Order: sequence, then C-alpha cells, then structure tokens
Amino acid sequence: MSADVSTNTPSKLEKILRAGHLAVTSECGPPRGSDSAAILKKAEMIKDHVDAINITDNQTSVTRLCSLASCIHLKLAGYEPVLQMVVRDRNRIALQSDLLGAASFDINNVLCLSGDHQAFGDNPQGQNVFDLDSMQLIQTVRLMRDDGKFLGGDEIKRPPRMFVGAAANPFADPFEIRVPRLAKKIAAGAEFIQTQCIYNLDKFKEWMKQARDRGLHEKVFILAGLTPFKSAGMAKYMKNRVPGMDVPDEVVKRMSGVPKEKQPEEGIKICIESIQRLKEVEGVKGFHIMAIEWEEKVPRIVEEAGLYPRPQA
Amino acid sequence: MIRSITRKKSEEEIDRLLSGLGRIFLIGCGTCVTLTRTGGAPEVAQMKEQLTEKGKLVTGSTVLPVACDNLTGETLREFGPQMDLADALLVMTCAFGVQTVARQMKTMVVPALDTLFIGKETGPGRFDEVCTQCGTCIIGETGGICPVTTCHKGLVNGPCGGTDNGKCEIDPEKDCAWTLIYNRLKELDRLDSMRVLQKPRNHQGEPRPGKIAFG
Repeated sequence: MSADVSTNTPSKLEKILRAGHLAVTSECGPPRGSDSAAILKKAEMIKDHVDAINITDNQTSVTRLCSLASCIHLKLAGYEPVLQMVVRDRNRIALQSDLLGAASFDINNVLCLSGDHQAFGDNPQGQNVFDLDSMQLIQTVRLMRDDGKFLGGDEIKRPPRMFVGAAANPFADPFEIRVPRLAKKIAAGAEFIQTQCIYNLDKFKEWMKQARDRGLHEKVFILAGLTPFKSAGMAKYMKNRVPGMDVPDEVVKRMSGVPKEKQPEEGIKICIESIQRLKEVEGVKGFHIMAIEWEEKVPRIVEEAGLYPRPQA
Repeated sequence: MIRSITRKKSEEEIDRLLSGLGRIFLIGCGTCVTLTRTGGAPEVAQMKEQLTEKGKLVTGSTVLPVACDNLTGETLREFGPQMDLADALLVMTCAFGVQTVARQMKTMVVPALDTLFIGKETGPGRFDEVCTQCGTCIIGETGGICPVTTCHKGLVNGPCGGTDNGKCEIDPEKDCAWTLIYNRLKELDRLDSMRVLQKPRNHQGEPRPGKIAFG
C-alpha cells in the first residue's frame, strides 16, 4: 500500500479503504459471561482474513460482556476492533465517557447504532434510554474528534481519533426513504456504512443505483453486509420473523432444495456467490460478513470469494 | 381537576415553524389552556397581533370548547373558507388538541405551545406534576405520594444524600419526595413500609405508546 494515503484517523480500516482496496470486516458477539478467552478465540479464527472485527453491543438486547471491554481485549491482542455502540442503554454522559475510554486504548473505529428494543431481549421490563439517536451519536463522535469538544462545549484533552461508521438497511419499508436516510447519516458525519444482510441482490442494486445517482458512493465507504444461512430453517426464520429483512422466495427454495446435512454448505455457497456478484456493483467498497456463531467459516468465505490475502496496512 | 400544562413557544421558534407560510388560521381552546392563560381568547388575540406585525395574514381564528374532543373536526369545518385559505393552522392548545386537529383536518398544523405535563391544581394558578402514568403504581407503600414522579431521580427505595432541609438539591423550590413520604408514613405509623425493598421497576407496565381498548 502506498504510504501517502491521507486519512482522518489512524484506523487500519480507513487506510485500507482509502487506498482503494475492497475491505473485509466481520463481527464477533461477546459471551454471556466474563471469560475473555471466548471473545479472543473467535477473533483468532478470523484475524488473518479480515481487516477489522466488529464487536456487537448487547445485540438483540440480551445482556452480554460489554462491547468496550471486548474491544480492549482485541486491541491488546493486536487486532483491529470496531466498537459497536447502541444508544439504547446509555445517556450522552455515558456514551461520551465510553468513547474516551475506547480512545484511551486507541480503539480507532466506532459503529453508531440505535439498538434493538429491549422488549426483544432478556430484560423486557427495563427502561430504554435513547437520550441520543444514532444520527446524533454520529455527530457526537465527529464533534469530539474533529473539534475536540464535548457535547457540552468543553474542550477534550487528547480527543478520540475514530473512523466513524453507521448502519444502513436497504430493504426496510418505505423503500424510497432508505437512500435519503443514508444521505442524512453521511451529512451527520458517517464515513463508512455496514449494511443489513443482503439476500435480495436486485433490490440492493437498485438501492446502490439510487445512492450513486446522488453521488453518495463517493462520500462514504459502503460495505455490503452478508450472513450465511446455516439451514433452510434459518432462511425461513429470517424471511418471516426478522423485521426489515428481505429474503426472496428463490433463496429459501434453494436452501430447502438440498438435504439437511448439505444445507450449511449451500448457505456458504450462496454467501460466496453473493460477494462475487456484489463485487461488480459500482460503489461497493467492501464486505461485512456477519457469520452468527459461525466465525470458523469466515476464512473459507473470504478465500473462495477471492478476497484473500488481505492487504497489509 | 387535572390539566394539561403548557408553555408558549419562543417567538423565534414560532417564526421558524411558520417560515414560508403566509396565511395562518389560529386555534385556541376553552379548557386547560384558557385556565393556564396560554391558549384562551386573550392569548389568541395577542397571537393574531404578533403574527400580523410580522406580515402574516390571519385568515381567521376560533377558541374551541375542548380541542381534544373528537367533535373538533366538525366544529372546525364550520370555518371552511377561512380554513381553506390558510397555509397552516397555528394551534394554541396542548399536544392532545394539536394532534386531534391534525388527525381531522387536511391543512398542516403547527403547535404554538410546548406541553409540559399533566398537572394537579394545588392552588390558584398553581399546578404540580404528581403522576407520570408509569403503569405500575407503588403509592400504596409510599403513603400515597409518588416518588417515581416527585423525586427528581425517581428513586423508589428512599432518599439519596441530596436532601436539603426537606428540599431537593437540584431545586430549592421543590420538596424532597422522600421527606414528604417519611413524614406521611410516620404520621400513619407505617414506617415499616420504608423497609420494603422495591424491585427494579417494570417499565413494560404499559409499553409506550400506550394503547388500550375497553370491551
């Protein structure tokens, strides 16, 4: 990689994207306990095949080891973490404080999210916070980084230097507000986007086209999100039970059309084929592979999708 | 009697909300906002003056008897031509009234007030927030005083360390809820209630937005 690529932060993910490479990220879910080995074991499986590792933040509102501590474990082991932060559980004081905590370990990537409603998790009686929303969290990180200021206006000594990401769902309805919403996140300060899992490639291409028509693909790095199916049951569940997910009938049919023991293989094949097709879509700058509790399959997906070896940064 | 308590928005905010909208129809209400002097007949007249000075054309105005009533739409339709001329309806009622109007009329609505809380009248022109409709009432164990609402931190297991001569550290005008509760329980000889360890609150009592149908 050329040494003269100009970046806003020391993030390895940012360097790779700005150098023009297709980036590869993946995610690891922290354990429901305090054993750091669990998170390090997952990271170990994928470390040579991805540029950065997202750590989810109490995903689906189920209480887990926190994203920040997990990211610190990763950072200390020499990996590149992406700190996922939801605004469901913490107010602006806690969010800013945790951002500084992450910055004190030179965690250089953050993904700003709303977070699933607590009704879905293990504490449905809990109170949500949503003091800020995901747009405002994006703005907050940019304010802290670029202006060196807290939301309250005071100066930050040694501000965080984080590459700022956001999520986008190209499939939720109404479809016509999805690209304007992406534009709003970019205007708020998002520098990279990791999308919802893509199964309906035609619809994703339409979304990308609308994004390109507005020049958004040149203002933000869009990483296409993928989750391999482990079974036909999972495909049906995602289709029918997960709001905002678009799984076309032919994909479910393809998964159901092979014997149960061969379904995991079929799921991985679909994922690899999808990446190969998405590589051709103008504006796709990388891939975010969310292999849920199936991290061991990530290296094979990356290799067979022609994304290996990873560039050095 | 409980009232919806409101405060007039700043002129700057109203100007911003009405920017580009030249013709305005004004709506007040004869109930809560008349009592709190934020949206009764005098305030509507004053608003008419304020808008006219800024070069707006006020196409008409009315003070509805009860803006949050379902008949509001019918009442407003009597102002047909004046309403049809308007680019927006500036509604000087609480948000219940504003939303009732918005659901029943096609013209854009703009609120002129902020809705602060549902208040209990405690004296002439004085209103206190005593209930936040949390859905899981514990006042059977707190002497009929709600700490969820009255304590600034919503603490349910006794006071914090910020009690200052019976007042709250964040506002010397406001009572410490737990001093009130303690005094009341002492009077009732029910101080043992304060030893009850209240569990984390069930915020799912009636998840927001509340929606219910009585059969």
